[in-house]
Amino acid sequence: MIKVNALHKKFGRLHVLKGITNQINQGEVVCVIGPSGSGKSTFLRCLNLLEQPSSGQIFFEGKEITDYQKININKVRVEMGMVFQRFNLFPHMSVLDNICLAPVKVRNLSREEAEVRAYSLLGKVGLQDKALAFPDKLSGGQQQRVAIARALSLQPKVMLFDEPTSALDPEMIKEVLEVMKNLGKEGMTMVVVTHEMGFAREVADRVLFMDDGLIVEENTPAKIFSSPQNERTKMFLSKIL
Amino acid sequence: MGYKWSWNVIVRSFPLLLAGAGLTIRLTCIAVGMGILIGTFVGIGRVSKNKFIFTLSSIYVNFIRGTPLLVQLYLFYFGLPALLGFPIPPFPAAILSMSINSGAYVAEIVRAGIQSIDQGQMEAARSLGMTYHQAMKYVIIPQTFKRIIPPLGNEFIAMLKDSSIVSVIALEELVRKGYLVMGRTFRSFEVWTAVAFLFLFMTFPIAQLVNFAERRLKQND
Ligand SMILES: Nc1ncnc2c1ncn2[C@@H]1O[C@H](COP(=O)(O)OP(=O)(O)OP(=O)(O)O)[C@@H](O)[C@H]1O
Ligand SMILES: [Mg+2]
Repeated sequence: MIKVNALHKKFGRLHVLKGITNQINQGEVVCVIGPSGSGKSTFLRCLNLLEQPSSGQIFFEGKEITDYQKININKVRVEMGMVFQRFNLFPHMSVLDNICLAPVKVRNLSREEAEVRAYSLLGKVGLQDKALAFPDKLSGGQQQRVAIARALSLQPKVMLFDEPTSALDPEMIKEVLEVMKNLGKEGMTMVVVTHEMGFAREVADRVLFMDDGLIVEENTPAKIFSSPQNERTKMFLSKIL
Repeated sequence: MGYKWSWNVIVRSFPLLLAGAGLTIRLTCIAVGMGILIGTFVGIGRVSKNKFIFTLSSIYVNFIRGTPLLVQLYLFYFGLPALLGFPIPPFPAAILSMSINSGAYVAEIVRAGIQSIDQGQMEAARSLGMTYHQAMKYVIIPQTFKRIIPPLGNEFIAMLKDSSIVSVIALEELVRKGYLVMGRTFRSFEVWTAVAFLFLFMTFPIAQLVNFAERRLKQND
């Protein structure tokens, strides 16, 4: 579904991604782990072109999306939902409006259609009764579940998560992971940058370990957690497990 | 100091001064209203990635903020007519220069307002497939409204005071009226005290509103 080829990203003189080649398959849940500053977020943000790669190619469903002359970035992004560490809900809109905005403005759905869809998504994340609330009246966990519903509002083919539980109080992490777990079970293709090793172990089909701008090791969660091959993976896992 | 304060002068000249204050308010409201219109577009231009739009709006803002309002007024009242070959009456000249002046200051307020919005908002909007234009229109700009109310109030106060400059082209706003009354009564101390307090009566309530709005905003953050 997504193919990444020799992806490099530099911020000025800072070389953050140093040649990433990988592939995300349809229906797969891929967790990306690694130390802070290793380039996990940057990698994820390159996938939907929130960051423009310095070189290399990204293919989405066979089409090269790094071919900026030919591709409409906005059309590509419609196919990819993204969930941020800090939720980024629109604070001046109700939960319902947050979810309806893109379907109405980007996909030209009628307000009625968009609302029907929004309520069904809110049901999915267990927040139907909060439709008319404003984000600042919700807990962090609730906000992140709304953000997931919003990201799903365009019926994307892939969901990208950037540390979706890192900004949450411990007691709220579970409710968000639960929603993500269900999404994975439904067959959603997901790329999840996370520090939740329990989640990776349980839900991921594959785990990528990133260090210093490269994917140093990848394997099934069972293998990578029980018998990491690379020294750096071993060191990282020994520190956090 | 044998000066004898005369309430009588103030009472008698009050209607005249009040009329002047009326014109001061009218000039300021029109100018700041136009300034908000101009400033919104120029402010958005100041965060544009389009080099041409950015440069154009920057030149405007820097030119206006780097030159005195008095000179701008003379440019429209004396300069432009010389160029066009017909005179511009004082009122339109005053409105024109004050609006264009206010537009530059409002533009900076709008720019700062836009830049104060968390980057994540733009990213979230763009990740939902919105164009830059849509993201600005539906997500960024609406959030700046609340934040720019206090600085806009300050701009209104500043413009209200600066509007006294148009007295030099014989527009009978508050300060000009002050001159007239002074010439007639020779009671300069009473006259300018009255003028000062009339300005204060206009600016003080707005300043209080600005304070109130600022406190409310802080609470919400
Ligand atoms: N927009 C940017 N401009 C300049 N440098 C950046 C930018 N974004 C990221 N970086 C730098 O790139 C490096 C990798 O950042 P990135 O956010 O991808 O790491 P990460 O693996 O997600 O780390 P974390 O676990 O802390 O989120 C860091 O050194 C960071 O400072
Ligand atoms: Mg990160």
